Amino acid sequence: MSENIKTVKNATCTFCGCVCDDMILTVDMDEKRIIKAKNACVLGRAWFSQHTIEDAPAAMIDGQPVSVDEAIEEAAQTLMNARFPITYGLSDTTCEAQRQAVAITDFIKGTIDTTTSVCHGPSGLAFQGIGESTMTLGEVKNRADLVIYWGGNPAESHPRHFTKFTVTAKGMFTPNGKKDRTVVLFDVRRTASTPVADIFVQLKPGKDFEVLWALRALVKGRTIDASIEEETGVSLETLKDLVERMKNCRYGVFFFGMGLTMTRGRHFNSGALLALTTDLNEFTHFVAKPARGHGNVTGADNVLSWQTGYPFGVNFSRGFPRFNPGEFTTVDTLSRGEADAALIIASDPASNFPKAAIDHLRSIPVITLDPKETLTTKLAHVAFRTATYGINTGGTVYRMDDVPISLRPAFESPFPSDEEILTSLKARVHELVLAGKNQQSALKTSTSLNA
Amino acid sequence: MAENMILIPGRSTKQGISLNEGKLKEEYQKITSTLEINEEDMSRLGLENGDSVRIFNEIGESIVVCKGRKATDLPSGLLFIAYGPSSSQLMDSDTAGSGMPLSKNLAVQLEKLSS
Amino acid sequence: MTTSLRIVNGKLYDPTNDIDGESRDICIENGKIVDSVDTDAKKIDAQGMVIMPGGVDIHCHIAGPKVNLARKLQPEDHRLDPHPGSALMRSGTGGIVPSTFTTGYRYATLGYTTAMEAAVTPIGARHALEELHDTPVIDKGFYVLLGNNIFLQKLLQQGRTEEFKQAVAWWINATKAYAVKLVNPGGDEPWKGKRNSNVANIDEKSTETDLSPRDIIDAFIGAVNELGLPHPPHLHSNNLGHSGNVSTTMETMRTAADRRLHMAHIQFHSYGGELGKNPVSAAQEIAEYINSHPNITCDVGQVMFGKSTIMTADAPLAYMLRGISKNKWVNADTECESGCGILPFSYQENIYVHALQWAIGLELFLLSQDPWRIILSTDHPNGGSFMSYPKLIRLLMDKEFRKQEIKSVNQKAINKTILQDLDREYSLNEIAIITRAGPAKALNLKHKGHLGVGADADITVYDEHEDKELMFSAPRYVIKSGKLIIEDHEFKQDHIGRLLHTSPDYDETIIESIRPFFEKYYSIEFDNYAVNDSYLHDHEVIPGIN
Repeated sequence: MSENIKTVKNATCTFCGCVCDDMILTVDMDEKRIIKAKNACVLGRAWFSQHTIEDAPAAMIDGQPVSVDEAIEEAAQTLMNARFPITYGLSDTTCEAQRQAVAITDFIKGTIDTTTSVCHGPSGLAFQGIGESTMTLGEVKNRADLVIYWGGNPAESHPRHFTKFTVTAKGMFTPNGKKDRTVVLFDVRRTASTPVADIFVQLKPGKDFEVLWALRALVKGRTIDASIEEETGVSLETLKDLVERMKNCRYGVFFFGMGLTMTRGRHFNSGALLALTTDLNEFTHFVAKPARGHGNVTGADNVLSWQTGYPFGVNFSRGFPRFNPGEFTTVDTLSRGEADAALIIASDPASNFPKAAIDHLRSIPVITLDPKETLTTKLAHVAFRTATYGINTGGTVYRMDDVPISLRPAFESPFPSDEEILTSLKARVHELVLAGKNQQSALKTSTSLNA
Repeated sequence: MAENMILIPGRSTKQGISLNEGKLKEEYQKITSTLEINEEDMSRLGLENGDSVRIFNEIGESIVVCKGRKATDLPSGLLFIAYGPSSSQLMDSDTAGSGMPLSKNLAVQLEKLSS
Repeated sequence: MTTSLRIVNGKLYDPTNDIDGESRDICIENGKIVDSVDTDAKKIDAQGMVIMPGGVDIHCHIAGPKVNLARKLQPEDHRLDPHPGSALMRSGTGGIVPSTFTTGYRYATLGYTTAMEAAVTPIGARHALEELHDTPVIDKGFYVLLGNNIFLQKLLQQGRTEEFKQAVAWWINATKAYAVKLVNPGGDEPWKGKRNSNVANIDEKSTETDLSPRDIIDAFIGAVNELGLPHPPHLHSNNLGHSGNVSTTMETMRTAADRRLHMAHIQFHSYGGELGKNPVSAAQEIAEYINSHPNITCDVGQVMFGKSTIMTADAPLAYMLRGISKNKWVNADTECESGCGILPFSYQENIYVHALQWAIGLELFLLSQDPWRIILSTDHPNGGSFMSYPKLIRLLMDKEFRKQEIKSVNQKAINKTILQDLDREYSLNEIAIITRAGPAKALNLKHKGHLGVGADADITVYDEHEDKELMFSAPRYVIKSGKLIIEDHEFKQDHIGRLLHTSPDYDETIIESIRPFFEKYYSIEFDNYAVNDSYLHDHEVIPGIN
């Protein structure tokens, strides 16, 4: 440890969607590392301690170190020469960088998608169909007397969710914290979160929709057959008890996880939960919130929505944004073999996409921006090593409840930020577009502009 | 004999910690290739903690190491794994027009690897 | 590129400077209107054309958290109305809630060069500022929602009026807002905390705070006027949309006495009749009060038939409408600050209530004796899109057209109004007032809404045309900050525009009063709450009036 120690107060952890902004970081400025992260959870401590400056080139082409400028030029040419370029990732970078990424994709008439499509994308689709009664997390702290988690394990994925916002947090109308609340947890297995729940409801895998629909029916005063237990693993008695609690609470809230979105039913599951929430507002105040995973995946949804009108899966090939999940989402464009170049920002599809998508990714030129080496950066044609958002850079991130927070960097990185790389790349791409150099503009002249 | 099972990939604290160290590091690889199995299923299949098993379906296969969980925590027939390279080998790429591949409750078969 | 420009031979409508259709040259340099320019300056011959200052929208919803939720909610609407980009312009989507780029470009194509987002939660200010940065061409600002702010109400409850005023000033600075917005004051707590109920009467005291809506409104009118903010409290009063709300509206205006107050979308507050039954028009009563009280300004919130989206901090209202339309619905609670409701909607000619709302808006326009204080708006997108302004202008300027339109709507509704008896036609000069000079004056934007020397060179040049809808839909030239953005109907260059905000002085000790409350009841850190200057793109601080 050196003498040169700095403290950064009110710093923000961008590891998960809680985006806790009460970090007190102790930073060794000579060694460029965070030696202590007060208030951080176990995941946050790992996030801050492990993001040090690694000895690596800032840019590589096919594994060989090059200057950043050379890499920008190669990346721009790669994207301009592609007929179906895709942009993907974006959930672990700032809104400022995301705005540049959308601009690049607009100029090259490419397709842009974020990790939302393989996370709460189905909840986004459900939102478009049903709407959503929702809230900022402080409302839960201040008001919620019934908190229901469904298909998630916050103790391991969002470790401070219970204490900071939802269970033990004390607020305006919940001065006694947990004593003022009932906590319910729906899951197919017992997890580290189960002990927090007053009521644990264990349902059979893949039966979420059936349970949610039965709850809707009971809220509406319909009759449900006792055979629901055999079908779903949840007894009619339990369901009736829950419905009474939901209708009689003062301020009820659902948090739902990927246990709903990633299984059979997908957007129907999220939609059933949102519809149940709407129904309950006939009786009392009820809200719901998807528990978003990555630090700024919510920002990515917001930036895409304000710039294009759509939250993910957006294609610009006709010169304007079109939205079509299943068509323009990344698992699909890759596994169908359509994409012929990929710009991947702060994400690692090569380690968690389906096999067919990864196989195609290996066969096309890939450009990556990442602070760390991953399976995706390993297969990249052009790889930029970038500064870590929130640790080395400022910028804006949106918490899972759409609350925007400004980052306070702890120490400088020798590597450029995502925003800087993307701004340069945008400028170069725009120059080439103005010079009429892209595949897409050549194609467009022969394609009519009908929507 | 292979057994039909349902695999649930998901997040875990250990997986979250280790990915900060680096996804190409040993710790992350170890964590994402550890499979949790109901203890009763394990003894029925003659498996012990640390044994390697093959999980597979029509999409692909992974070789993982098993670890027992109490029957009250993980019901018989369910498997849990921290999601990552092992689970992605078993995911169908068809998203049914949603953009989302089915990533939980994957139908797999499990068999013990002869040591 | 900023160039020197001279516009010659056009007919000027510049009500601020008492110019009503006379031919004058306009010289432009460095983004401002100047006395003269070099003889080699680029010249625009505006023979046969009408020149007005750029339009100023005093009340619209174009950026920030609730707008973006409404955008996300309606992919089906965007799909019908793509907005292709070009090498100069970003692409986007239109519909009733367009993407940010499309919003800016489309305002410009109507000759509007300034627009004010009318409702942003303080905690969502960063979000609104990011979106406004991505809203091109126009200058813009926003009004910050303070009317249901729990901390401010606690100060009032304790009689700490001086600290209340200081805290209001702090919040304006902390969010980079332009004005204070009040929406259904006192209505949030019953909505969030009492099973989705609402406050029904302006004098109904809250059981929590012992404050009535009138107490809150009175306190804000006092504080904002004492602070001398450029724009008075911008008030969405209680009981919006309810039959018989005219009594609430009248009482609200009386609360102001002779102090400055802006009544937002007053059409929605001008209904007679009994609660729960069909409304009737109360436009005459409202118009009479406004005509005789020069301290009141208002915007109309005209309903235009077709698609709309209800988006409001008045969550109980959106829920009530949801009960009628059964459409998809968003509710969004913001801790300690606001509620919000969103609902896709449409106004239909044959429906009694919708036709009545349409007619009441027109009555208000036509009964107004002072165009400076009744400003054109549709409360975009609540009453309809800002893209329908040209049609609204034609309805005001062309009584034959208006008569035709009246025939095609619900006649039962028309018969509850005096619209058929109103033969008034707005002149071009009056249109220039209600779309430019009036809103600029109400906002106290001294460099906007007129064409005098020193004004911002925000200028629109229209081909004169009998069909006023056509005329106002497609200006031939649009100049923003001296840049020729549209030339011969063609988009020539992009421009980012400026963020307009105000910055009243305050006593910094107020921060230490706010902090303990904040730390207890908010979910982010107090020191991360105030917005720093990095969120201001090109910007201008508009001084107060004191």
